[in-house]
Amino acid sequence: MSAPMTAPAEQHHNAATSAPSDTADPAVATGWEHTHERKGFFTDTSICIGCKACEVACKEWNRNPADGNLELLGSSYDNTGGLGANTWRHVAFIEQDAEQIAAARESGRRLVNLGMPTVRTRGNDTPTPGGPAASGPAGGRQVDALAAAETIGDTDLTPPDTPEFRWLMASDVCKHCTHAGCLDVCPTGALFRTEFGTVVVQADVCNGCGTCVAGCPFGVIERRDDGTINPPTERESPAAGTPIEQDVPHPGTANKCTLCYDRLVAGDQPACAKTCPTTSIKFGDRADMVATAEQRVRDLHAQGMTEARLYGANPNDGVGGTGSVFLLLDEPEVYGLPPDPRVATKDLPQMFATAGIAAAGMIAATAFAFLGGRK
Amino acid sequence: MANADCIVIQGSNMAECHPVGFQWVTEAKARGAKVIHVDPRFTRTTAVADKHVPIRVGSDIVLLGGLIRHVLENDLYFDEYVRTFTNASTILGDDFADTEDLDGLFSGYDPDTGTYDTQTWAYADVDRSRRGVPPSQPAEQDPTLQDPRCVFQVLKRHYSRYTPEMVEEVCGISAEDFAYLADAITQNSGRERTTCFAYAVGWTQHSQGAQYIRTAAALQLLLGNVGRPGSGIMALRGHASIQGSTDIPTLFNLLPGYLPMPKAGTHDTLEDYLAAIGSKEQKSYWANADTYMISLLKAWWGEAATADNDFAYDYLPRLTGAHGTYQTVMSMLKDEVDGYFILGQNPAVGSANGRMQRLGMSHLKWLVVRDFQLIESATWWKDGPEIASGELKTEDIDTEVFFLPAANHTEKSGTFTQTQRLVQWREQAVHPPGDAQSELQFFYELGCRLREKLADSTDPRDRPLLDLTWDYPVDEHGDPSAEAVLAEINGFHTSGPEAGTPLSSYLEMQADGSTAGGCWIYTGIYADGINHANKRVPGSAQDEIAADWAWAWPANRRILYNRASADAQGKPWSERKKLVWWDEETGRWTGQDVPDFPADRAPDAVPERAQGGPGALTGADAFVMQPDGKGWLYAPTGVVDGPLPTHYEAQESPVPNPLYAQQHSPAQVMFDRRDNLMAPLPGQAGAGVYPVIFTTYRLTEHHTAGGMSRWLPYLSELQPELFAEVSPELAAERGLEPYGWATIISPRAAIEVRLLVTERVTPISVGSAAAGSQRTVHQIGLPYHWGVGAQAHIVGDAVNDLLGITLDPNVLIQDSKTGACDIIPGRRPRGPELEELVDDYRRRAGLIDAAGRVTDKAHQDDRPGDPWDTPPEAQQGVYTHEDGGGADAADSFHEPEKEEGSS
Amino acid sequence: MARISFLDWPVFRQFRSGDTTGRGPAVTSQQTKDMRPRTEDADTVARSVCPYCAVGCGQLIYAKDNKVIQIEGDPDSPISRGRLCPKGSASEQLVNASGRITEVLYRAPKAKEWTTLDLDTALDMIAERFLEARRNHWQDKDSEGRHLRRTMGVASLGGATLDNEENYLIKKLFTAAGAIQIENQARI
Repeated sequence: MSAPMTAPAEQHHNAATSAPSDTADPAVATGWEHTHERKGFFTDTSICIGCKACEVACKEWNRNPADGNLELLGSSYDNTGGLGANTWRHVAFIEQDAEQIAAARESGRRLVNLGMPTVRTRGNDTPTPGGPAASGPAGGRQVDALAAAETIGDTDLTPPDTPEFRWLMASDVCKHCTHAGCLDVCPTGALFRTEFGTVVVQADVCNGCGTCVAGCPFGVIERRDDGTINPPTERESPAAGTPIEQDVPHPGTANKCTLCYDRLVAGDQPACAKTCPTTSIKFGDRADMVATAEQRVRDLHAQGMTEARLYGANPNDGVGGTGSVFLLLDEPEVYGLPPDPRVATKDLPQMFATAGIAAAGMIAATAFAFLGGRK
Repeated sequence: MANADCIVIQGSNMAECHPVGFQWVTEAKARGAKVIHVDPRFTRTTAVADKHVPIRVGSDIVLLGGLIRHVLENDLYFDEYVRTFTNASTILGDDFADTEDLDGLFSGYDPDTGTYDTQTWAYADVDRSRRGVPPSQPAEQDPTLQDPRCVFQVLKRHYSRYTPEMVEEVCGISAEDFAYLADAITQNSGRERTTCFAYAVGWTQHSQGAQYIRTAAALQLLLGNVGRPGSGIMALRGHASIQGSTDIPTLFNLLPGYLPMPKAGTHDTLEDYLAAIGSKEQKSYWANADTYMISLLKAWWGEAATADNDFAYDYLPRLTGAHGTYQTVMSMLKDEVDGYFILGQNPAVGSANGRMQRLGMSHLKWLVVRDFQLIESATWWKDGPEIASGELKTEDIDTEVFFLPAANHTEKSGTFTQTQRLVQWREQAVHPPGDAQSELQFFYELGCRLREKLADSTDPRDRPLLDLTWDYPVDEHGDPSAEAVLAEINGFHTSGPEAGTPLSSYLEMQADGSTAGGCWIYTGIYADGINHANKRVPGSAQDEIAADWAWAWPANRRILYNRASADAQGKPWSERKKLVWWDEETGRWTGQDVPDFPADRAPDAVPERAQGGPGALTGADAFVMQPDGKGWLYAPTGVVDGPLPTHYEAQESPVPNPLYAQQHSPAQVMFDRRDNLMAPLPGQAGAGVYPVIFTTYRLTEHHTAGGMSRWLPYLSELQPELFAEVSPELAAERGLEPYGWATIISPRAAIEVRLLVTERVTPISVGSAAAGSQRTVHQIGLPYHWGVGAQAHIVGDAVNDLLGITLDPNVLIQDSKTGACDIIPGRRPRGPELEELVDDYRRRAGLIDAAGRVTDKAHQDDRPGDPWDTPPEAQQGVYTHEDGGGADAADSFHEPEKEEGSS
Repeated sequence: MARISFLDWPVFRQFRSGDTTGRGPAVTSQQTKDMRPRTEDADTVARSVCPYCAVGCGQLIYAKDNKVIQIEGDPDSPISRGRLCPKGSASEQLVNASGRITEVLYRAPKAKEWTTLDLDTALDMIAERFLEARRNHWQDKDSEGRHLRRTMGVASLGGATLDNEENYLIKKLFTAAGAIQIENQARI
């Protein structure tokens, strides 16, 4: 392509009909006036130092209970394991040898080289001229090399010396999907799309039915239990400490990252992004985040680090792109992320659009009945 | 650091231990700076560095010495900088002999005491009677640097055998990695570029810790990387105010402002004391030590301090040797200490040889622990490891224990001094709950009660307490005003028209009693009655020096020795690296930082030699705290274990020293005791019993001995259990299962750990293939945050129990980084069998005999010497730090720094 | 119970707001609509410094009714720019830890358990013991008759986590009392 990379939000307008505008501003699609740009994170794992300040700052701000079982998990320095009801940021630690590094570099290079010179939008295989060069071999995959082919082509692709070893660290978080499975299946209206385009659970509405848990293709959302921390099983006296006593807010409800909705409404940034010592976690308008992320990938590619790629920036993936985008240095699976998440309800908007006409009739009937009743 | 072009992190795990400080490294890297991590382990710092250079623990002087050699042999030093600002051209006395001449010893060593007489280390033309005292006159020079006795040539010879091959043999660093490092630092030094080193306790916690730092200082001086933007040696310290607690010391050997505590015999009078600190003839601000000391005495004893009684100098108690924390514990074991205050520390977990610490406490009559939680040092009598093993019984322990709840940082106001000497004020947010009190209130009240109880005393020994100025305003809760204390620290005029007004600079201090001031280097922090530590102009509204955020000692100067950022003529070395320069028009030094130099001293000024002090500094004497105004490549005084850093093996190293017959630092401090046994020396029978080296360290998720982290659920869950990091090779050799249990046995103790088997730890190959001495050294890493008790959310064995006590003779810091051990699969025994396991190893190593008596072989130290019995002037300028040496990035010689000049 | 007006009926809101699928403004609860950060409830915001390592990161301490409700980084600090590490981020728990001890505890010789003690009594007992220990191990002169004027009976450890002003008073008081064995983490 000849023009510089455009932000996906803009590409969308070029590309297709309904889905793209959702990516740009899913809030409007749910009936909000446009008052804010869509907000999101860009988590640049290439500068993460694995300090876990994000995990703590998140728990501290949201008063989420500690939930570790106080035993080594057996996963390098990760003793958290994954996202859950109480853990809304999770730092993964992956130790890799030279062979794995070379493979990551090669798979990244393949993403670029095999990337079609076109973008294929979901349900529309017609090449779109001027689309991003590297939305990945499968078009709909979550991973984007997302660097212009020319950029790569002009660069000396001789990789830097492959190190013998590396230690990847990456802070995971709720993706705040454009098409959010959790939101779409919630029967109570507890989950809602905010004016910032994020997806938030209302604890005062949630009845803990758990439908959303199955609806999330990333395994993010979870029901909160009563917060009991099981004491370590195999340790003996005197190596037994004092059990943790703590408040457990909203037990039984579904919980996940709110992108610090209560801070956003006051113009603050989320706790994790604010505290991140190295700015591995960045917060801002989603379009800016994607642009920054794309530039970072280009910079890393220019240094020969072809393993760098984006996750979540592709508006044509199975969730319509995510509010939280990530720069990864290997395949998503390596980080415990699904390579091709699909939300079963992605087609819901279209279905709703069709169903809407019928529904309107039904609701009108109900309203009449209601009005009639009050007389 | 953000201005550096290359950052070498060595002896520090900066990303893990100082994550927020690491943002500046991240930023420098984003701008293109190269980041190299030299460390035995691949850590979270390494993960984001450009290059990892694995090193055998305890071999850093060989690597740094190898770099010095590389720079000298290949003419890569910054010639003009070296000639202008260092003592490279100074001629040494002809009686000085180097370790190259004496196979590992410098001249002046006394094997009977294990100490050096440092007289022969002096500059050539120093009057014999003044030897051992900081040189006050310009020594004989050879500007061509060719004289075989000039520092430059001595340095060159000293490191001539520190070749890349030697580096490979001793450190286990390949020739390629050495070349990478050497190229990186030399290509990023000079007029246009600067390299910065960062270190922490990975350098200081060795029996040669001070010398590690000095080696780096010499290298940085040769490369012109001191006193300039993005240069220096950054000391990364571990506690919120550990810098402050050495500036205003809770340390036995110092008074505030690095004035020494007086010693019996050498400091018997005020005159003797002042003469020993710094003669009036020497250059540098130490020549004014009389004004600092007398102002301190006036601050403490007010009206009772008069010219007639030498300003109450005799009220000060005297030292007679080392009275450090380890010596004190040994005194406890001899029932020579009745009472002990523990204030926000946890020695039962955090100090070396933990069993000795706990047993020492069991000999006390009373113990006061002030903390937030019931830390292990408060509960060892009921749930400590010795109770578990049966060695102690609670009902037999006579020690009275008081636990007093402490106020935390939100519940009191006051200042912390951070790692770059920045003194920051904290506002009080809330009042402490319940009986919790600040240290300020507790000690103020204790002082009041002591004085009340002694009010009628006529005993002269009580005069210092009764005459003490101890009158601070208190608030409605009885908490004294920290600001009033800060004002006293700053100092004030005691008489004359300005009586009571705060001093604005220590240059105002007088030796006649007309000024008082509690810590001269902090003078100016309360100038004009304004609390400058509370300056809060946002960083975003200032340049990067940020001079209006808090206050840095001395004189709010942010980069020390910054005169060296300009050349001999006073012009910046380059536009890119300009900081402070000479302004011809105004006839003053100017720039972005407060010039660390007499403000109007022209670059070409050569003052009359008749005067001393700062007035004697020439326009090129950038090192204003050095008696000769120069950065010291060679230290003629101030260091007790050698004027040049020299490699010795750590006490428990399994490797023979390939450089010298002298295996260990000849001046290190040892304690030859049954409870502090050391592994056999390499080559001795039994040497293989403890074949593995362990090194201790910290994790991001915890804080030192855990008192402020293991009681917090959010931190406890992140790193819940003690583990050891071992290489896959060692795991295979010993049958260690990933995440399983293992027992680690040292000559002092045995502990159990979970296992992290990881390629982040690699076996190190050392020795010379040619000489047939090649061998593999296994290293294991142990984070030391856990302790045995019942109160914390997470508990575990205390790693420091494994450590023996061997100290650096300069600063009396223990070697925590190189211990000998063995590692076997499975958990450790419980009860008395635990000690039996340890004894079994000791017997096999030949340290004890069948009857449990210590063998002759175990006595590795027959030197009664106490380095602190050397003349105290030889100790001037030696800092004591946790994180060791340098108080600062620009610290070429870890010595206190001072002030700008006359104006 | 508050009456829900017809206009607040979710189904109606769904249409009124244009949120036809009931996933946006139509389903927000009153609690959600009123959502504000708790830092806005603070009576005071103190400018402070993190108590852990020596980087000296700026902290803002939000307090309400003499209780700390939030601690976060101070964006004004040129040292830390608002950022904190996990320890700094957890420091609210340091302050409000459930098990924090706020009363004086005393363990008598040979006792198996703690008892509580009145603060004033404890201070007085400690002062008495201090003077006794000072007396027990007092040294006026050394063997060569040199002035010592000190006691070896009392020692202290700590200071690196304390304020400069506190260390100053500790050093001043101990030195005046003749107690020289004062140490802190700087030596460890």
